[in-house]
Amino acid sequence: MARFLLRRFFASLIVIFGVVTLVFFVLRAVPGDPVESILGEQALEVDKQALRDCLNLDEPLLVQYGFFWQDVFSGTLGELCDERGVTVAERLIDNIPATMELALAAMFFALLLGIPLGIIAALRPYSWVDNTTAVIALGGISIPNFWLGPMLLILFSLTLQVLPNPGSEVAGLTALVLPAITLGTALSAKLMRMTRSSMLEVLHRDYVRTARAKGLPRAKVILKHALRNAMLPVVTIIGLQFGALLTGAIIVEKVFARPGVGTLLLDGIEARNYLIVQGCVLFISFVYIIVNLATDLFYGFVDPRIRYD
Amino acid sequence: MILPRFRRLFALTTGGPNKFSFLAYFGMVFLALVAFVAIFAPWLAPYELTHMDVTRQLEGPSADHWLGTDENGADVLTLMIFGARVAGLVGISVVSICATVGIILGAVSGYFGGAIDEVLMRVTDILMAFPGILLAILIIFITQEPSLIAVIGALSVSGWAGYARLVRGQVLALREEAYVKAARALGLPTRKILFGHVVPNSLAPVIIQATFGVAGAILAEAALSFLGLGPQDMTSWGALLDQGASYFLLTAHLAIFPGLAIMFTVLSINFVGDGLRDVLDPHALTRS
Repeated sequence: MARFLLRRFFASLIVIFGVVTLVFFVLRAVPGDPVESILGEQALEVDKQALRDCLNLDEPLLVQYGFFWQDVFSGTLGELCDERGVTVAERLIDNIPATMELALAAMFFALLLGIPLGIIAALRPYSWVDNTTAVIALGGISIPNFWLGPMLLILFSLTLQVLPNPGSEVAGLTALVLPAITLGTALSAKLMRMTRSSMLEVLHRDYVRTARAKGLPRAKVILKHALRNAMLPVVTIIGLQFGALLTGAIIVEKVFARPGVGTLLLDGIEARNYLIVQGCVLFISFVYIIVNLATDLFYGFVDPRIRYD
Repeated sequence: MILPRFRRLFALTTGGPNKFSFLAYFGMVFLALVAFVAIFAPWLAPYELTHMDVTRQLEGPSADHWLGTDENGADVLTLMIFGARVAGLVGISVVSICATVGIILGAVSGYFGGAIDEVLMRVTDILMAFPGILLAILIIFITQEPSLIAVIGALSVSGWAGYARLVRGQVLALREEAYVKAARALGLPTRKILFGHVVPNSLAPVIIQATFGVAGAILAEAALSFLGLGPQDMTSWGALLDQGASYFLLTAHLAIFPGLAIMFTVLSINFVGDGLRDVLDPHALTRS
């Protein structure tokens, strides 16, 4: 187990090294002068030179790459070198809570809908309940979130007027409902399918039959004996899909005009500020790598049958 | 080697215990319709692609404009018919590129193992550490005005890794099979063993993944277009939806119709993919 942990950890370090290197060199391939695209062509030569000095752009590429690692290790992800004197990390920290709130709410919605429906479908395979949930699940996977969002807005905000418009003053939980549903639908559909197939497999196992035969209440057999064992692959899906939630948040934040890391990234692209783009991309992939690692370790931890070698 | 396999595949989809369900047929018919519309777009579209009537912006559906007009007064139906071309081109090109690169690299990696395998798998690890369209967004940022080619390229850069992993796993298992050992004992050249015997037998899961991959590529292109990062030289469904989302307070039609087109196309591909999985992989639980 310790060897597995160590190997998995080092593999993640290699991946982080690769991601940082790839992001650095891809963004240095942007044509044109990065200083001009940040400040605009009309900017004064003095300002341009000041920014160039601040960003170390006159140094050779490999030296810049070294400075970049320094920024990554120090956790600042680089100075923005504007008049406010903030770092990329500080801009990110301002935006992370909104994105996390959205992602967690979407996750909550997906769990709340996906797992119970998956269980019900598995208990009555090939019945009308099962067929209905199968169609819902396939629909949920096929509906693009950038379409579901506007449709929910048209229905609930404009026509029924039960939930607030995006950008309106109403804050709090009601403003989070539609974005969370929009972001969580695809995940809930995947969880539904996964829970169903995993439960179906477990329900035929001997220990479930034994539990039933010794007269345990049906609910207890399903929830305690079967569900606990069926949840392992579902947990993996939840972990692996967290990255999809983060990229999905870029779209959902745009649909609902919410602040967040996605909005920061899109604003950075719009302003052609490669520092912001670089910071957001690194942040999202780092979170993804860490969550994947955590899922792997958790999986080994909760299921002692799994042997890593 | 490949053609008789496809003929057998076709026979399996139309007869036998796992033949295509109603939904899979529905998907095939719908996709055929989309392909027809995409190919004959100039003859089917009610207006020229360049037609704009600035006096009739953002109008709802009417006799002149069945699906209404967009922010420039262009006919939405016309734009959507031409948008089918973008969806089809992106879906097919991205999957063809990714599957070809993935099959070759994955097969080589799995068959030879060693240092090649180690390096290649670390590269796929790195590419797969970017969730979803994030790497594509990063690559498109380099191009100031992304073209259709640039979008296809950006989506392919991140897409081949999954196929390589899949084929590698298959090849690892297959290279120990008796018929592969027999081919080696007969003294066949490695290239022939690998691409004549091993790879064709590893293709079933690749075909399934490629089918779902077409849907994924279409969705990814639409998402990029929705974010304003799609092809600037052609009209795509995602770009129309982007307009629709900006104007949904004024009019709903512009958000509804392109989204329906995307959804039904993706749904149809998924139906066909599920059907193919049942045919090609009888062990898999249906709808797993």
